[in-house]
Amino acid sequence: MYDIIIIGAGVIGATIARNLSRYDVKVLVLEKNSDVGDETSCANSAIVHSGYDPHPGTLKAELNMAGNRMFAKECEELDVELKNIGSLTVATNKEEEDMLDKLYVDGMTNGAPIEIISAERLREMEPFVTKKATKAIWAPTAGIVNPFELVVALMENAMDNGVELKLEEKVTGIAKDGDVFKVETEKGAYQAGVVINCAGVNSGVINNYINEKKELIRPRKGEYYVLDHFPAPYVTHTLFSVPSSKGKGVLVSPTTHGNYLIGPSSEFVESEDDKGTDGTTLDNVIKEAYRLVDEIPMQYVIREFSGLRAYHDSGDFVINSPVPGFINMLGIQSPGLASSPAIGEKAIGMVRDVIELREKKDWNPRRRPLYRVNTLPVEERQALIATNPDFGQMVCRCEQVTKGEVIDCIHRNCGARTVKGVKKRVRPGFGKCQGGFCEPLIMKILCDELGKQPVDVNYSNRGSYILKEKTKGEK
Amino acid sequence: MNGTVKYDLVIVGGGSAGLAAAVAAYDSGIRSILVLEKDKYLGGILLQCIHNGFGLHEFKEEMAGPEYAQRFIDQVKERGIECKTNAMVLDITPDRKVHYSSLEDGYVVVEAGAVICSTGCSERTRGAINIPGTRPSGILTAGLAQRYLNIEGYMVGKRVFILGSGDIGLIMARRMTLEGAKVLGVAELMPYSNGLNRNIVQCLHDYNIPLYLHHTVKEIIGKDHIEKVVICPVDDNLKFIEGQDMTFEVDTLLLSVGLLPNNPLLEKIGVRMHPKTKGPVVNEDLETSIPGIFACGNSLHVHDLVDFVSAEGRLAGKNAARFLNGGLGDDTAVIDIAPLNGIGYVLPSLTHLDSIDDTVLKFRVKQPYNNVYINIKVNGQSVKRLKKPYLLPAEMENIPLKGLELQAFAGDKMEMTVEVEES
Repeated sequence: MYDIIIIGAGVIGATIARNLSRYDVKVLVLEKNSDVGDETSCANSAIVHSGYDPHPGTLKAELNMAGNRMFAKECEELDVELKNIGSLTVATNKEEEDMLDKLYVDGMTNGAPIEIISAERLREMEPFVTKKATKAIWAPTAGIVNPFELVVALMENAMDNGVELKLEEKVTGIAKDGDVFKVETEKGAYQAGVVINCAGVNSGVINNYINEKKELIRPRKGEYYVLDHFPAPYVTHTLFSVPSSKGKGVLVSPTTHGNYLIGPSSEFVESEDDKGTDGTTLDNVIKEAYRLVDEIPMQYVIREFSGLRAYHDSGDFVINSPVPGFINMLGIQSPGLASSPAIGEKAIGMVRDVIELREKKDWNPRRRPLYRVNTLPVEERQALIATNPDFGQMVCRCEQVTKGEVIDCIHRNCGARTVKGVKKRVRPGFGKCQGGFCEPLIMKILCDELGKQPVDVNYSNRGSYILKEKTKGEK
Repeated sequence: MNGTVKYDLVIVGGGSAGLAAAVAAYDSGIRSILVLEKDKYLGGILLQCIHNGFGLHEFKEEMAGPEYAQRFIDQVKERGIECKTNAMVLDITPDRKVHYSSLEDGYVVVEAGAVICSTGCSERTRGAINIPGTRPSGILTAGLAQRYLNIEGYMVGKRVFILGSGDIGLIMARRMTLEGAKVLGVAELMPYSNGLNRNIVQCLHDYNIPLYLHHTVKEIIGKDHIEKVVICPVDDNLKFIEGQDMTFEVDTLLLSVGLLPNNPLLEKIGVRMHPKTKGPVVNEDLETSIPGIFACGNSLHVHDLVDFVSAEGRLAGKNAARFLNGGLGDDTAVIDIAPLNGIGYVLPSLTHLDSIDDTVLKFRVKQPYNNVYINIKVNGQSVKRLKKPYLLPAEMENIPLKGLELQAFAGDKMEMTVEVEES
């Protein structure tokens, strides 16, 4: 019997888990995938929005503004990469300028510290912005975060403080008997007094297991291009286009590792499995991106991806408790990542309405920092290698990752179990060769550290094997 | 070790180019040489190339990749040249300090008199060519599948489709067939193959594996592991022709869609890069735009045969030795070399008047040709014209300039061009 069950280990579930870990309660997180943060949280724009553009008065506006202010502390405590680079929303014609003025008024109402800047100042700040730019909104509090690292760090810290995580447990039903919820999964059943639905694209389905009022969450797909990091200067801020009659627009933004994201598209899809990309959509993404920049170095494209966003017809986040003890986090799409710390705080308040939350004396908000060997000065790097030669052994050429870091990310709480899990935590596979060099080495380390056979190592979820069979000897 | 050391010559990459360079530098009198290899063994990619066909030019016999590599490893060992494996170079500075990290030595900075970059090439990936569809496992480059099979001893799948007719893909079509897989076909976007003709015959025709020219992948289907691949013909603008989809049930899609020279370390320090080869710009001595830093092998430009890589490595080793022994003496008139009609790229990008006898032009055509001339001009005037029965993009051409009399052109500016002349 648990006090609280959280369904879904994306950024929302993980944040709530970590927030609850400071209290003397027994918390279980159920995640259907083989790793945390494997859905919307790992396939988005990775932006900590400033909070200026949601409609004033919405939950999105309130929680984004609050979440943005909480991000720096959270990332500092958890050793998560966050860069406060600011965003520029760029107008290129009269229609867009008018829209920009409207957005500015909304932003001021929301309380965001933004300003409208001239084309001259814009170009001074961001020389790679399109020459067509006439005006922009400068939002200095916007930032970029490493979303893979964030979810892992939140869950790791939650587990350091006693939260239990069960992976590969898809919830198949929820029933309530008196004050106790029974949550059924493919593997078993778990009981708790409080259930928090953080199932993202599936949160409608989860709601419908227990709530008479049915909810529909529609998956909306966004497709992106990823560019490799390259030595020549390029865009240094997040550039947004202004939504206009021509379309919603896209962004061009650096990532925390010096890559660049271009996207997303936006289209409703039928199925939560529809995560493919297609050429026509991506062609349009590039066309839209040319509203922001005049040059896109396509020779550096290393990957395309798509993510699904959980869209609720209200257009807003829907956070409610339709059944006593059952808490819904519905429609948490953009700016969900930016809002996550505030959503986590709100969830604590809602749990407190149901059960008593007593603070633990020994709660540790800090995660043991990652080694980040390739960022260390030479002397520190040598000192670290002297303590453990595995930090001298390189396993990834593109991102310069050491064997020591891979081993470390496997043995932490919420440790990596898959090739993608290692990639998300310490980056091998994110570079130009996309795993061509490092994948066999990562696989070997996973086998050695977890006592697995190579044929049992998955790229990601169950069924995503990499090797089919051994050619010689025992099969 | 963890510290700073000095060597006359550091060679980055212990594959076929780097080993040949090391031997040549030693034979030119250089004794203080360090070869740094990121992998566990010397020999580079040759070690996973267990098929035959190597060494016809270099040793006048046909051998397998590891056998060919061993010849050079032996030569390096016989000379007592120092080699470090598991040692990855992380930085090369313009003043030729080479930073490497290894399990045995830790993080070491090597002060080098000269540096040869022989860092090989990487395979283009799915992301680089934007294949549509979902992202399940089971889609991998042919070279990675080759490593899993020939080095690690694992099959990546049993029902295979191959995109791209590059040589590694063709070799893997045969290799996986021999190992019991069903290879359902090879699709090539272009109307001609990008592999060597002998590989088309020996790896596809001999095993009845169909080659679909002017076809490509339209869709990947599969949630966790690939289940199906949809292939579709393309028109002359490389757009899909509607209504002619072919769906194959597969557990593997191998990609053999091109190789890209690997030069992040040189790019980082601003070495001038060649827009076509994606390797550095070099002169006839294989020296890059930073003096004392040389490049050779597949990191300079992608070769068809390892024998040519070895020859190029030797040239780099010899010239690095000349550089260390008092300079290359490149002070005569500069001749810029540029590709013209029909030529994809030409190397070197420049040579010097006095070095013309040692200069060999290497180039590739953009498309197949039959019965044409290669015309080499200086300042617009033809200086060499060669008849060619056929030219293929997959086959690199070599033209030595030995004996070319160019003194008459010596002036302010000398421009050499190479072009295809259709009769």
